[in-house]
Amino acid sequence: MANVLELQSVRKAFGSEVVLNNLSLQVPEHTATVLIGASGSGKSTLLRCINLLETIDDGQILLDGLEITDPAIKVDDVRRRLGMVFQSFNLFPHKTVLENITLAPVKVQNKSIEEARDIAKKLLSRFDLADKADQYPDRLSGGQQQRVAIIRSLAVNPRLLLLDEITSALDPVLVNEVLSIVRDLKHDGMTMVLATHEMGFATQVADEVCFLESGNILERGSAEQVLKNPSNLKTQEFLKRVHQAGRL
Amino acid sequence: MSEKKTSAWSPSSRELERRALRRKLSRKQAIIAAVSSILVLGTLTIILITSPGWEVVKATFFDIQYGKEVFPTVVKGLWINLQLTFFGGLAIGIIAMGLALLRTTKSPALTPFRFLATAYVDIFRGAPLILIILLVGFGVPALRLQGISSNVIVLGTIAVVLTYSAYVAEVIRSGILSIHPSQRAAARSLGLTSGQTMRFVVLPQALRRVVPPLLNDFVSLLKDTGLVSILGVTDAVRAAQINASRTFNYTPYVVAAILFLLITIPMTRYTDRAIRQRTQAQNSEGAI
Repeated sequence: MANVLELQSVRKAFGSEVVLNNLSLQVPEHTATVLIGASGSGKSTLLRCINLLETIDDGQILLDGLEITDPAIKVDDVRRRLGMVFQSFNLFPHKTVLENITLAPVKVQNKSIEEARDIAKKLLSRFDLADKADQYPDRLSGGQQQRVAIIRSLAVNPRLLLLDEITSALDPVLVNEVLSIVRDLKHDGMTMVLATHEMGFATQVADEVCFLESGNILERGSAEQVLKNPSNLKTQEFLKRVHQAGRL
Repeated sequence: MSEKKTSAWSPSSRELERRALRRKLSRKQAIIAAVSSILVLGTLTIILITSPGWEVVKATFFDIQYGKEVFPTVVKGLWINLQLTFFGGLAIGIIAMGLALLRTTKSPALTPFRFLATAYVDIFRGAPLILIILLVGFGVPALRLQGISSNVIVLGTIAVVLTYSAYVAEVIRSGILSIHPSQRAAARSLGLTSGQTMRFVVLPQALRRVVPPLLNDFVSLLKDTGLVSILGVTDAVRAAQINASRTFNYTPYVVAAILFLLITIPMTRYTDRAIRQRTQAQNSEGAI
């Protein structure tokens, strides 16, 4: 299987604080890579670097074998091939659900408005949101907003989907309706990188789980291996704390 | 989605008692308010009209007969203020938008323009409007340049537009800066260019946010158009001045003031309402 994404010795620092330190990662096609680790361990920064929202200090990132960290590359072209979903949904409050979803297909992919609406409506009905098409985001629950945000990033047919703690801002009851979408996407073969605190969910979708600690991947392997039988002391300690918080 | 249930409900006797009591209390409060208002306002009126100077004040400021006489010329002058506000307002909107966009851009090619826009705003926001009006209205014609209008209305409008563009540009810029960076991140991550992000995501939200302060500036603009009268433009202020200095009766000023108030008071009330609605909307936006 070809690697969709490859990170080679990536380094990123904010001032004197090193957030990603010599980090390497391969994400083969149709697989889901789950990043776990405490807050501040570099998960979000890693995703933002892949999406070129942050510039890395060293190393390289390759998308389908092409170096996207090359300064000469067109940033917008790279982002067109990536979908990103944020912890805080970030829907556009002045646009309806349908307008949120069709904006990028129309303006970025130059699709006709009819075609974009068609795609959007199909996605909305697939995820039980057809009746919300003309609502504004503030009329929706958090779970519905996050599902719309996922659909918005899917509408441009991304090669790779980046999900940044997408359930952290939701109450426990709403978490599942969002995660079930991700399960569906995984089933469809979407290649994904996710940062999450939901260990049970990580077990269900992860092909590989990476434990991040101070900018480095300390342990990686199957969910079974990393989450059930961690070999690294820090991983064990982290999972113990998660367990105590009732999240495992 | 769910239909409201319409169950057979009639208020209990306790609720009916409560309602009756509430009605009684509010009637009592209305009576107190009316009596105290009549007392206070009535006393003030009596003091005013029985005071020794009242007749002179009335004759100098509130001469109804003279007021009626000058009314047509003052209204004609006010029409100039309104035109100035309207056409000036259009020009201000366009220039201010350009300035605000230049000041918020990060494009390297536009760096000198960003610098110029900043200097422009600093100068025209900081200098008194009346100085700008004098400089443009009297200074520019003194240059005797070809192709430059010497029409005082045009020059006055230009002076007001120069100053107000700086004010309004700052209001729009503050709106742009108030949009959370996560909105930009979301738009960029969808592949929108920075220009598209500004146009489709940031600006529509920013402009909605600054409508109330812009309405405020619009009211100020209408009032400040009265300043062009110093150039000799026969606007409402100037028309009143001409009449007042002819007769030494100041009723024309009062007429002009009332005419301005008839327009500005409804506008400020509307602005206040817009601000209230805006605040409520923002509160319901939640985590966005």
